[in-house]
Amino acid sequence: MTSTTSTAEPAQVASPNRKHKDHVAKRYPLWFLIPGGLIYLIFFVVPTLASFYFAFTRWTLFESEWIGLQNFTLFLSEPGLIGSLWNTLVYGFVTSGAKVVLGMLLAVVLSMPLIARGYLRSVTFFPVLLSAVGVGLTFQVLLDPFNGIVNKVWTAITGGDGPQWLTNPDIALLSVAGIDVWKGLGIATLIYIAGIAAIPNEYFEAARVDGASSWQVFRSIILPLSFPATSTVILLSLIGGLRSFDLIWTTTGGGPGFSSDVIASVIYKQYQAGYYGLSTAGNVILFVVVTAIVYPLNRWLNSKETDL
Amino acid sequence: MNSASRLTRWVVGILGIIITSVVFLVPFAFVLLTASKSSKEAGKLAFSLPTEFHLFDNVVAVFEARNNMLTTAFINSTILTVASVALMVVFGSMIAYVLARRKSRLNGLINAMVLAGLIVPPAVVPTIWVLQGLNLFKTLPGLIFIEVAFGLSFTILIMRAFVATIPKEIDEAAIIDGAGPIRLFFQVIFPLLRSVIITVVVVQSVAVFNDFQNPLYFLPGDANATVQLTLYNFRSQFSTQYNLLFTNILIITIPLLIMYLIFQRQIVAGMTSGAVKG
Repeated sequence: MTSTTSTAEPAQVASPNRKHKDHVAKRYPLWFLIPGGLIYLIFFVVPTLASFYFAFTRWTLFESEWIGLQNFTLFLSEPGLIGSLWNTLVYGFVTSGAKVVLGMLLAVVLSMPLIARGYLRSVTFFPVLLSAVGVGLTFQVLLDPFNGIVNKVWTAITGGDGPQWLTNPDIALLSVAGIDVWKGLGIATLIYIAGIAAIPNEYFEAARVDGASSWQVFRSIILPLSFPATSTVILLSLIGGLRSFDLIWTTTGGGPGFSSDVIASVIYKQYQAGYYGLSTAGNVILFVVVTAIVYPLNRWLNSKETDL
Repeated sequence: MNSASRLTRWVVGILGIIITSVVFLVPFAFVLLTASKSSKEAGKLAFSLPTEFHLFDNVVAVFEARNNMLTTAFINSTILTVASVALMVVFGSMIAYVLARRKSRLNGLINAMVLAGLIVPPAVVPTIWVLQGLNLFKTLPGLIFIEVAFGLSFTILIMRAFVATIPKEIDEAAIIDGAGPIRLFFQVIFPLLRSVIITVVVVQSVAVFNDFQNPLYFLPGDANATVQLTLYNFRSQFSTQYNLLFTNILIITIPLLIMYLIFQRQIVAGMTSGAVKG
């Protein structure tokens, strides 16, 4: 995820020896790229490029009529649609931020020599294996405002009624984001555990000799040296968060009203309603949003990483 | 180890067990308990032991629902997962191998494509349009190609870093022994990728098997249902058969759970060598 170093044989670069080059070409034939490349081209690149045309049309899948920017102006002027853009950003940043903070915290704890460490690691990772649909439906029941166990516990502790997690427009989106964090935290933690494990032991030994406190060890060794893991977690979870559909669709369906609609769920709704051009315009907007955030962020994180 | 740190070990460990139990195991226990109840009892949504144990009846009922739809779905999902992950691994490793070993002018382009594949959200309706043009819309092969196209970037990314760690002397030795490019790759290099292949297989199987969005768009219809879509069998606008719903959730989680238990250790190893140190 982090760097794009190609590992070329130095000799190859240094000597433009023709014979040697042929030799390399024979060993590593370029046609190896074709099977995968063809599938990628046909089923990913072509539709992506086509979307830039069809987004400007009224489209039935068989016929398309050029209507210019109409789809986009509609998308950006409808409160229900433009709201989804805002929700997408909130959802992406909240889930990503929470996964970075909680993932690192959990990884630090799970890297300590604890009792039952293997068990704790497995349990934390377990939700990653579950499907978003299964998780969504389960939490719909757990978070039921009247019968759900979460609110029953809430009432038992505070005496009052618990929040209407998924049915109150003000908090529905954040509730879903919370479920997303519950489900995806295991991946972030795993990446951080791998990142912390990759820190050379000498650093910790040197810190111990110097009598550093655990906080100092965290602050000056773990935090900076696990930065590659941090950038991986940020990028993966942000990309996932901005594009997320399954969990939102199965918990709230974008509701109540449009309060938890994200661009991906709007794309589906417009598709279902037969507005293919408008749906594709949503795709283009999602493309622009994700790329405009993730691409510069990726470059920035990479440059910080090489500074380290 | 002094006594203070031994104490921390225990205190933090026990605290961890309590917190993870509440946060991660209670929801799972709830699913298991509800799946064991009768329809009426499950409807109360209470976190309680079932008065009568109905898990086996529920499993039978879930499989029999809507003309054995779950069985069909399991077959579909298995074909989908096995075929698309196999293609991803073979094609992805071929690309990663050439990319890591051979410096060519294409490398910049391929790296850009890999990055694009990770970032760019798939354009849904135009993909349907392409599938329709190829007569692959609403077919299992169509969805397999889609999953391969979407999963290839991640596969190449992890494998590229791993191929770079395999010494080139191995290639040279094989060449001297007279191996051609195909034998060199499939008989010598491919087996050496074992650990990273396991990581890719686990991660991508989870992604494909659990995928909801792509089957919803590209493989609609009951006859073609994948396991994720069967979860909607027991919900209607007016009522939900919670015991069957949760039994279904339980059943479709088991295959991945077994896979994880088998490969648990290798996943972390593969992640360390691939994803993080990229």
